Amino acid sequence: MKWIPEMAQIKRNGKQKLNMGETEERKLLRLILRKMWHLRLGVLGGFVLFILVVTALFTPFLAPGDPYKQDIAKRLLPPSWMEKGDSRHLLGTDHLGRDLLTRIMYGSRISLTVGLSAVFVEVALGVLLGLLAGFHGGKTDSVISFIVNVKMAFPFILLAMSLVAVLGPSLENIIIALGLTGWPVFARVTRIETMKLREREFVLAAKSLAFSTTRILVRHILPNLIPSILVLATVEVARAIIRESLLSFLGLGIQPPTPSWGTMLAEGRDYMLLQWWLATFPGMAIFLAALGINLWGDALRDLTDPHLRKS
Amino acid sequence: MRVYIIKRLIEAVGVCLVISMISFFLLFLNTDPALLLLPPEAEVSDIALFKKQMGLDRPVVVQYVDFLGKAVLKGDFGDSFVAKVPAMRLIRERFPATLKLAVAAFIFINLVAIPVGIIAAIRRYSLMDNLSTFSALVGQAMPLYWFGIMLIIIFGVWLKWLPISGSDSLAHLILPAITLGSWIIPVNMRLVRSGMLDVLTQDYIRTARAKGLVENKVLYKHAFKNAAIPLVTVMGMQFGLLLGGAVVTETVFAWPGLGRLAVESIRMGDYPVVQAIVVIFAMCVVLGNLAADILAALIDPRIRLD
Repeated sequence: MKWIPEMAQIKRNGKQKLNMGETEERKLLRLILRKMWHLRLGVLGGFVLFILVVTALFTPFLAPGDPYKQDIAKRLLPPSWMEKGDSRHLLGTDHLGRDLLTRIMYGSRISLTVGLSAVFVEVALGVLLGLLAGFHGGKTDSVISFIVNVKMAFPFILLAMSLVAVLGPSLENIIIALGLTGWPVFARVTRIETMKLREREFVLAAKSLAFSTTRILVRHILPNLIPSILVLATVEVARAIIRESLLSFLGLGIQPPTPSWGTMLAEGRDYMLLQWWLATFPGMAIFLAALGINLWGDALRDLTDPHLRKS
Repeated sequence: MRVYIIKRLIEAVGVCLVISMISFFLLFLNTDPALLLLPPEAEVSDIALFKKQMGLDRPVVVQYVDFLGKAVLKGDFGDSFVAKVPAMRLIRERFPATLKLAVAAFIFINLVAIPVGIIAAIRRYSLMDNLSTFSALVGQAMPLYWFGIMLIIIFGVWLKWLPISGSDSLAHLILPAITLGSWIIPVNMRLVRSGMLDVLTQDYIRTARAKGLVENKVLYKHAFKNAAIPLVTVMGMQFGLLLGGAVVTETVFAWPGLGRLAVESIRMGDYPVVQAIVVIFAMCVVLGNLAADILAALIDPRIRLD
């Protein structure tokens, strides 16, 4: 009869092992699922971004109409699925009878152009100053950090509005105004990364070989910064799109009748009591574009920098 | 500590000085005040005489020093081109409304961000945690002014629960405060969550639990107090964000505060008012940052030692 407790013991051990196996498997499964969920959001973001880019590039072929064509007889038509809606105007028409969907599709061109160009200016300015501050340290760092502090104390919206008021509200000037107001974030990140890199062996080796500062910065330090700058730039494009729409909304951005999401939203605000769709859909376009870009940027960050993975 | 505060104070004064300079020269680049103040039919000789009387024919640097002296010593930023009254008077009239909005938003932010952040940290990957992650994602992508308009459409136009503009009663404050606060809530929520997660794994929390302390006491008295340190310091820095957000929120809700005054003044080229608002906003931001830095140094001795 001795064998029974032993067997029971073995059975228990077996069960325990099985249980442990199950929990570990479950843990692993949960981890995989979580990772997939996270990546899925990134894929979703990439998909939204893809649609945005395709729409912006091929709007003349994809849009159902002309963004400037007015038809007073058809003004303020509701979306096609609502009562009195017209199937030729899926999202309805604005106060001048222009097709809302067409104007939103054309608006993507402005948003993407401003977003990408403004971030280009931000990167150029921010990375240059960040590299110099981080590499040289000392007085150069103090001066550049002071400039960053001044910029941070200047509320974005007031500076951008003042700049556009001075320069005049045109596409180029909006890009300049957004570029001049958004660079500190790149300067800060570049500065800190450069400070870390300048003590690394390969930089010290380059210094000992008497390479010029420009060569060390451009050929040795900058390539190591590209992944983090790229990730940051992605998220900043979303921010620039929102900021452009805000300037246009406040009347200091893209001027009517050019179809910009912010201008359309500002026009739609006057009709929000009865024609809610006029303010809702352009805003939704901004929101979806920014969300897609942010999700894509988040996934990109997770893929490029394991240290920044979310807890 | 005293050296640290003095160093930070000098830097803060420097930042304000540079901002006053930028706002002054922006006006100079933009327009000739003489042309704005005189009627369009004024002769060239009239313009020259006016410039001499107003001191506008002096070198720019002299004019800036004069502007700075008056602004610092007397709080005089000149008269509004549009309202023809001192710019500071307009600001004094509008400031209480902005302050009211900012305080209401601040209360709303803390009422939401702190409890949700704590729950998200205690119950990781629960529904609340996932909701907080999701709201952070959404909040980052949501244009503040569109969120305000959507609140107006849903709660003001469709449900008719709340007034859509104006500032007469407490009910008028709800939608603008939610709009303004919604911008910052996701950031603070994540901050509380990550702060709590860091603290909850510390030895002293294990000790507190081991000695049989009630869980609520462990969480709020031991964990949250320490997790709140980064939150307190960040709040000072968020003052600037609140003011920037106020510009947008006040425009959407026709709230009679400084932000709306700023937008109106920039649109109409009323530069003495713009200059005054820019300098005052910048001072608020600098003071907020300074208070945050000093508070951080007081709370955390490691910063003082740096």
